[in-house]
Amino acid sequence: MALPEILTGMRVVIRNVFKGKETMSYPEVRRQPWPRFKGRHVLERHPDGLEKCIGCELCAGACPADAIYVVGAENKPGARFSPGERYAQIYQINYLRCIFCGLCVEACPTEALLMTTEYEISGTSRDDLVYTKEQLIVDAPIQRHWDTKIEYSPDRTTKQKAGRDGASS
Amino acid sequence: MSKTERTLEEHELIQRIEGDGQGAFVESYDAEAEVMTINMGPVHPATHGVLRLFLELDGETVMDCKPMIGYLHTGMEKECEDQNWRGAVTIVTRMDYLAPFHNEHAYSRAVEKLLGIEVPPRGVYIRMLMSELNRLTSHLVQFGTQGLDMGAMSAMFYGFREREIITDFFEMVTGLRMNHGYIVPGGVWEDLPDGWQEQVANILDVMPGRLNEYQDLLSENPIFIERTRGVGTITAEECDTLGVTGPIARASGIDWDLRRDMPYEAYDELSFEVPTQEQGDVYARYQIRMAEMVQSVALLEQIVDQMPDGDYKNMDPKLTPPPRSELNRSMEAVIHHFKLVTQGYAVPKGESYFAVESPRGELGAFVVSDGGTSPYRCHVRDPSFYNLQSLPVMAKGGLIADLIACIASLDPIMGGVDR
Ligand code: SF4
Ligand code: SF4
Repeated sequence: MALPEILTGMRVVIRNVFKGKETMSYPEVRRQPWPRFKGRHVLERHPDGLEKCIGCELCAGACPADAIYVVGAENKPGARFSPGERYAQIYQINYLRCIFCGLCVEACPTEALLMTTEYEISGTSRDDLVYTKEQLIVDAPIQRHWDTKIEYSPDRTTKQKAGRDGASS
Repeated sequence: MSKTERTLEEHELIQRIEGDGQGAFVESYDAEAEVMTINMGPVHPATHGVLRLFLELDGETVMDCKPMIGYLHTGMEKECEDQNWRGAVTIVTRMDYLAPFHNEHAYSRAVEKLLGIEVPPRGVYIRMLMSELNRLTSHLVQFGTQGLDMGAMSAMFYGFREREIITDFFEMVTGLRMNHGYIVPGGVWEDLPDGWQEQVANILDVMPGRLNEYQDLLSENPIFIERTRGVGTITAEECDTLGVTGPIARASGIDWDLRRDMPYEAYDELSFEVPTQEQGDVYARYQIRMAEMVQSVALLEQIVDQMPDGDYKNMDPKLTPPPRSELNRSMEAVIHHFKLVTQGYAVPKGESYFAVESPRGELGAFVVSDGGTSPYRCHVRDPSFYNLQSLPVMAKGGLIADLIACIASLDPIMGGVDR
């Protein structure tokens, strides 16, 4: 019989039973991703409320998955959206195609397009997942499917809870 | 008519599909010779992805085994030709999805060879840091799935638990947990963030103890040894003939590791051992991977100690877009940025091959440039593809249960096999 070896193995298992749990009961308890996390995009605004995006389509050109659709238009004197000459009339990101590579963020010359740490992108139809400018603009509320009660910091060396507003940076 | 009775047409249809009323997975049955040909997969939990095996069975004994591949073919090599040189990194990283850094690494080095550029020392060390961590994550998955396939469920939990710590670090550095697109021609995408030392130190703190735990759990376990020792043997000659590399070849006594024998990056400045075994069975391959993890931890300690300062990528303006702060001030920077983003950089005409030692063996990228801004051809020599060819050699004459052990020990990644 190979009892000693089996007991050695069982000792490992039993030792681990008394260790803390590694899993979390998502979605009530979550781990907040690191700030560099490439999640859902947002379109930024200038402090005065004008959009940073100038409708240059560089992000659409850089995207390896062809996920971005931009149509630029001229700002008119009565209807000014961005400080420069042009703004994005239509801006869509198709999250069925996006691979979250971040090349669009790198390409954007005005820092209009940023990535948040939100990863909960799911929908019930294909159309739901084509995000329009209204959903992407920074003041649109970020929607989560479930409320979060506790959010842990991503840092494993310190076991601390993070504030809810720290989630989007 | 009861629900189980079928109409005549239904019955004929089922017969036509299934052939003589056998299950759909039985291809033929020779009653005389008692040889049955069945399909295993493509969706079978023990085939590690969408691998289909065409098995000729005599009772429980595998007489012949033909791996059939192509179920995960997504044309990624072709896809690279539509991207510019920078964008293709996001495609190659998805081939062998458990070793994304190694894919990027081989590709980037091949492109750098054509460009004739150097990577600054810090970039080199960051690449090695990520590659070695990636070797750990990949071997941990292999450890977990090997255990799982042998009936040791807890091995999988432990393997994935440790992998999680390392993928958290990947997320901290690259922003993604898999398919990072982090190693790019010229260096790496971004510098390491503040506080990376503590995170790596945490990993290096935890890992040795956990590796010992695995040894306690499986290495001495009589059931595990029974199922793996002397199973799926392959000799060094067969490995050579079939082009098998990596832990499988080293478990058969081939002392070959690209990191030591054809050193790239700064591996020649570090000291490490290449573990080898002679038996060439599933257990030897398991031991090799465990020993390699220990070596990776030792390598990581040296890499962290010696991490130089300086640039993390080649700052040649032809290759790297100007810093963002420049864009508001200089028109030249804007033009440069625009050109690099819309077109990318051109790579001189020619072809090059570069191979790195991935967790599964020699992972090489062969790129051809016609002088344009996107690859003319980008072929990746994926070790899983070559290693998988050794499966019939290992499986012939064994039991079906041994076949499962063989597949797990091959650690084939179908994304890499089919590309
Ligand atoms: S993250 Fe990548 S795939 Fe997604 S929209 Fe941006 S460039 Fe396209
Ligand atoms: S998000 Fe940036 S890159 Fe894209 S159109 Fe707007 S300004 Fe141009």
